[in-house]
Amino acid sequence: MEDEEKILLKGNIAIAKAAINAGCECYFGYPITPQSEIGEYLSKAMIEEGRIFIPCESELAAINMVIGAGSTGTKAMTSSSSCGIALMQEAISAMYCQQVPGVIVSVMRGGPGLGNIAPSQGDYNQACYGGGNGDYKVIVLSPSTIQESIDLTYLSFHLAFKYRCPVILLADGILGQMMEPCSINKNPYNDYDYNIEKWALNGAKNREPRNLVSLHMDLGELEKLNYDLNKKFLEIEKNEIRYEIFLTDDANIIITAFGTVARVAKTAVKQAREMGIKVGLFRPITLSPFPSNKLGNLICSNVKIVLDVEMNLGQMLKDVRSSVFGKCAVKFMGKPGGGIINSDEILEKIIDINNNIES
Amino acid sequence: MEKSIIIAGYGGQGVLFAGKLLSYAAIIENMNTTWIPSYGAEMRGGSANCSVKIANDEIGSPIINKPDILIALNIPSFNRFEKDVKKDGLIIVCASENEVTKSRDDINYFFITLKNLTKNIQLSFINIVALSAMVRKTKLLKIESLILALNKLIPKNKLHMLTSNIEAIKLSAKFVFDNKNSKVFV
Repeated sequence: MEDEEKILLKGNIAIAKAAINAGCECYFGYPITPQSEIGEYLSKAMIEEGRIFIPCESELAAINMVIGAGSTGTKAMTSSSSCGIALMQEAISAMYCQQVPGVIVSVMRGGPGLGNIAPSQGDYNQACYGGGNGDYKVIVLSPSTIQESIDLTYLSFHLAFKYRCPVILLADGILGQMMEPCSINKNPYNDYDYNIEKWALNGAKNREPRNLVSLHMDLGELEKLNYDLNKKFLEIEKNEIRYEIFLTDDANIIITAFGTVARVAKTAVKQAREMGIKVGLFRPITLSPFPSNKLGNLICSNVKIVLDVEMNLGQMLKDVRSSVFGKCAVKFMGKPGGGIINSDEILEKIIDINNNIES
Repeated sequence: MEKSIIIAGYGGQGVLFAGKLLSYAAIIENMNTTWIPSYGAEMRGGSANCSVKIANDEIGSPIINKPDILIALNIPSFNRFEKDVKKDGLIIVCASENEVTKSRDDINYFFITLKNLTKNIQLSFINIVALSAMVRKTKLLKIESLILALNKLIPKNKLHMLTSNIEAIKLSAKFVFDNKNSKVFV
């Protein structure tokens, strides 16, 4: 990767380029700030590649087209932001039940309601715990740099097809709009065989007809399906957990943060370390399944306080609390509605907490 | 080394392009960089700004609380961001000194207008002129890197303006060299 030329790319464009590299054959979408560049870029690039680009009449149409394409074993993607993703919830639940792979890029803006167009992390719950019905779960991946946005776009398509499920790539407005040097490396999963012949609806010639539905009326059928799908998710939890730790070994204070906030927090951690404060950072990359055990195992007798920092009112907080499991105090700082947290504010909080520990 | 720069002006002055140029020049010198625009309701004639960070190491926060350097392409931007600049920081002001009220004595000011350079430079080059002045003044990057970046980034439909833009970069750098009147920024 080091050999490849670094280019300056906006996060949204990087995701779009990576989707093409990942073999995405179909893009369906409806424009919304702060992710419109994804559709804008793909409207030209997908046609040039001889692939499918459909500007949809609504987000609802877009996600249902993803189901249609995905059910034939075709790599398909949609992208939207907060209130647009809200419209897709019913279909995401259906995708999980029908075991249809597909990638949904969610670039969060301020909410609730139509909200504003400022960057936010207010859709952690929407992505991880969804607004769809039933016992369903979604894989949620959270990048914090543009290069990671590219790598996780590849991983999104890979996991969607490996496990036949919807995957949400959860970025925020800053990651969508920011430019950073990165390289469009090769899709590492190019040669992976997803065995789509076993389930895809690609015409019943020379085989028995089959279907992918989310209505299961036979006695006990849906109960069994739920158990099976849950087993699959436990498998995902076992194999696919990803996270980053930074200076946690001797830490008295551990900060938990994801996405853009995690890198802002990293700056504050470095500054606090220079002042002699023992603070570290835990950044989940898979928000769902959440790396609960990994965080829980970090909480040893050294650790006095976990500080959860988010650009919302504490949505990841309950996952952090359940991971910490009462082993130490958990505090929260955050800003809702598109408020941006800067590193000085986090540093101030760290110093404040550290003074309280020492006194 | 990590420097944070805010470039601000009217929409249409090339605020975002100047930022991209700066970021690209940093890449050419193998440095890390981040660029964030003020996006959304900003439009031609309204206010626009972008935040650029340049560093030797990994950049944590891309968000700028207090910039080391402000490039104010117009007076409203100067008035808006002057108070935010870090102590010992630098402001490149695209105006003459008597047009603005300086409210701080702990930062450096450098004034440059197109009239300072030559009558041949078009008004639309103020972004390039200011950026070049900043780069020359701070020696943050090489002027050559800026020119290389411009070669790479200039849109196809503006290719005919490449030579005159490079000329603007050079003239501006020369103006800075000839006018070492304000304190040197470290």
